[in-house]
Order: sequence, then structure tokens, then C-alpha cells
Amino acid sequence: MTDYTDRLRAAARRLLGEGRVDCFIGYRRGSLPLAAQPAILTRAEQADSLIWDPSCGMNLAHYAVGRADRIGIVATGCVSRSLVALALENQVARERLYIVGVPCTGMLDAGALRRRFPGREAAAAAYEGPRVTIAFADGNEELAVAENLARPCRTCAHPNPVVADEMLGEPVASPAVPAVPEEAAAAEARSAAERWAYFCEAFAHCIRCYACRNACPLCYCPTCFVDESRPQWVGKSSDPTDTRTFHFLRALHLAGRCTDCGACERACPLDIPVRHLTSRLNAEAKAIYGFEAGLDLEERPLLDRYRPEDLNDFFK
Amino acid sequence: MAGPGEGRGEGRMSEWEPRIVTILCNWCTYGAADLAGVNRLQYPTNFKVIRVPCSGRVSPKMILAAFRSGADGVWVSGCHPGDCHYISGNFYARRRFTMMRALFRHIGLDDDRLHFSWISAAEGPKFAATAREVIAAVRRAGPAREWGKTRAQVV
Repeated sequence: MTDYTDRLRAAARRLLGEGRVDCFIGYRRGSLPLAAQPAILTRAEQADSLIWDPSCGMNLAHYAVGRADRIGIVATGCVSRSLVALALENQVARERLYIVGVPCTGMLDAGALRRRFPGREAAAAAYEGPRVTIAFADGNEELAVAENLARPCRTCAHPNPVVADEMLGEPVASPAVPAVPEEAAAAEARSAAERWAYFCEAFAHCIRCYACRNACPLCYCPTCFVDESRPQWVGKSSDPTDTRTFHFLRALHLAGRCTDCGACERACPLDIPVRHLTSRLNAEAKAIYGFEAGLDLEERPLLDRYRPEDLNDFFK
Repeated sequence: MAGPGEGRGEGRMSEWEPRIVTILCNWCTYGAADLAGVNRLQYPTNFKVIRVPCSGRVSPKMILAAFRSGADGVWVSGCHPGDCHYISGNFYARRRFTMMRALFRHIGLDDDRLHFSWISAAEGPKFAATAREVIAAVRRAGPAREWGKTRAQVV
């Protein structure tokens, strides 16, 4: 995986040097060894700051929104799907994007690693092939990346970019995905009262920092419904009802748009399973309409079209 | 916080009457409600009607706002698919309601609390029958406590 770094730097250097793009959006090493930082380069000589390793989990599509210049961007399967979804909603212009595609084998779950080594702060991480060595103050830990993947990565159905202007490597195979995702199957088995209890419990610790919303590349409304005051759909308090309302509506706004990149869960400081709601909607969209977001630049989003013969069975 | 099952149990709350927020499309179901009235059709009056131009106007926010404001049930009704005054409003609404209903079920909302129907302006009897059906279902579900605030409302 690390050898992509050289190809990525070469691509960015070439694109910026030749003036094909005005900026190049990639990742660089930040202060956290398990989570790379976004980098927006504007000069070819900055290309060597780019990296590519299993810490590059954040969704870069977010940074392409609202830019008026020509953008080069490195994209995995989920980033490319987000870009497609954003292009369909006129938030990015496909003709101003130059997508450098990278087949993805999954990104680390930094939150789970933090919980796994409580009280120990990773000082550095070395990524070599399928393994990562994390340096703590009191010694090193060597782990297999594949066993510590972020949750959406474990069942990723689209690890290869769905659209790219150039690819940095050969496509990889998807992980074996169960027909019904494990979490969805567990949820299905619960009674209504148990599902409600689970929902309340899962989101009980939310402090409404809105990091999940801010990290989501598909959340770009100038005024979010949580900030609307006339009418005020969601209270400003930390009342559990307000928190549930926020998560319910946030998830619903992503119905037929979410590409399950996991940016929301990755951003959550309290490790709340934010995808509990969105992944269910994704499963429903696929089961009912055979629809997955962000796969096709020609296909309108799920809720922006209809068929006369759509599901009608619950209408009296 | 009371679970959804706790409201169940008919007979325990003899004083309680269900409160249902009903969102009706101006061109069909609102007309049907009118027709039911003109025809002197009898049905219980546990609902408050909100008239909207089209079922396509109905946002999930409105339905949550109803529950948050103390509604025990919500009923949304519009024109039959294909009969929309605005050609396709209810087709879009149908997809939106499908996703919303799936999410409501996923978090454990009682199916008896949320209802959808297509009733044309000529179907006064269907309106009265559906109203009875919806009210009976919400009565079965009992008082809703899920979305009530536990702390003071500050606006």
C-alpha cells in the first residue's frame, strides 16, 4: 500500500506542474499518527508532503465542495462515490475535477485502537505492507491492518473508485460482504421496544458537537435544520429528545445519498455508532429500490426521482 | 424515558383520548374530509387537520415536530399515485415516506402511530373509514411518550 505514496506524489507533481489543476487535495502526516490530515497543495514542490497509508481514512470529497478552481483529488471507492453524489447535486463540477483513483484495502479504525490501548498515546506509526507498528511511550505494538479496519471498511462493497481520470494501481477485490450486514441483522431481530431502547442507549452520550455532520461530505446546507429558529425543529438543549431528533433527521437527510464512508463515526469524539441509522437506510434503499448512492453520474439520487410502480404497500 | 411498549394497555387510561396530527393534501384528501362532512358521515374527532398544498410538501421534520409536540399518532394523506394535482408530488413523497417509515421502524416507533393513505376527493366514505382505522390503531398504541421532552422546553 505504501508504494502508492511515490506514485501519488508523482501524479500530484505532474498535475500541478503542468497546470492541469489549480490545487491538489490529498493527505499529509498530521499530529496524530493514526489519522492523516487533509492537505490542499497549490505548488508542485509541495507534492512530497503527500502520503498514502491506512491512516488516510477521512473523506476528502468534503474539501472539494464550494471550490471554484480546478481540483486534483486522490480518491478511494468511498471518496469517489461521494464526489459522484456531490456532482449529481451540483456541489462539485465533474469537468473541474481530476480524480486520481487508488484501490483501497481499508483504513484503520483509530477510535478502536485508542480504546484498545487505553491511556497510551500513539507517538508514531510505521506502515509496512499489511502491518502497522505503533510506537507508544512504553514500547511498540505491531498489528495487522486488516484486523483493525474501520467498520464501514470491513464490509466495503466498492473499494475501487467508481470514477477516475487515472488509476494508481490495479483494482482490488471487495471484502466478503454478508448479504445482510451483521449490525442490520442484529437490529432486525430486536422487538420494537428493544430497538427503541438500543437507539436511546446508543445515542445517550452524544454531546451534540455536530462533528458527524461537519465531517460528512454530503452535509453542505448553508443553514442546517438544527440552526433554524423559525420554526425551531430541534431544541438547543442537551435534552435526549433533541439529541434523538437531530440524529434521526440527520440520517434521513442522507437517505439515498450516504455512501457509507464512515466519516461521521470517525469524527465522533464519543465513539457513538452514528452509522446505526444511515447504514440501515442504505440497506433499505438497496432492498426496496436496488439503489446505492454515488455509483453512476447519470443516475439521479434516490429521492429525486420515482417510478409509478414504486413500493406502495403501507398506504391505506 | 418510557419505552414505546409502556403506553399499551387499553382500559388502564379511561380518561385518555388519542391526539392525532393529520396532514392532508388540499386537492384530494382535504376534499374527501369535506365530502365526509357534507355527507354527515360519522367518525371520531381525535385529529387535528393541517392542510398542505401537496403530500410532496410534507417533510419528515413536520412529522417529528408533531410527535415532539405531544401527538400520539400522525396520519398523512394525499391524492392517489398518478392523480397528483402537481403531476408527481405524491410520487416523490412516497419515496420519502418509505425511507422515513423504515427509519422510524428501525428506531422502534410503534407501527400503529404512523399512517399514510391515498384518498381522492370523491372518497368521503373511505376518509371516514380510514379515520376510524387510524384512531383505533393509535388507541391501541396508547399515549406516546417517546418524543416528549424530559426537561423544560426553552424556545
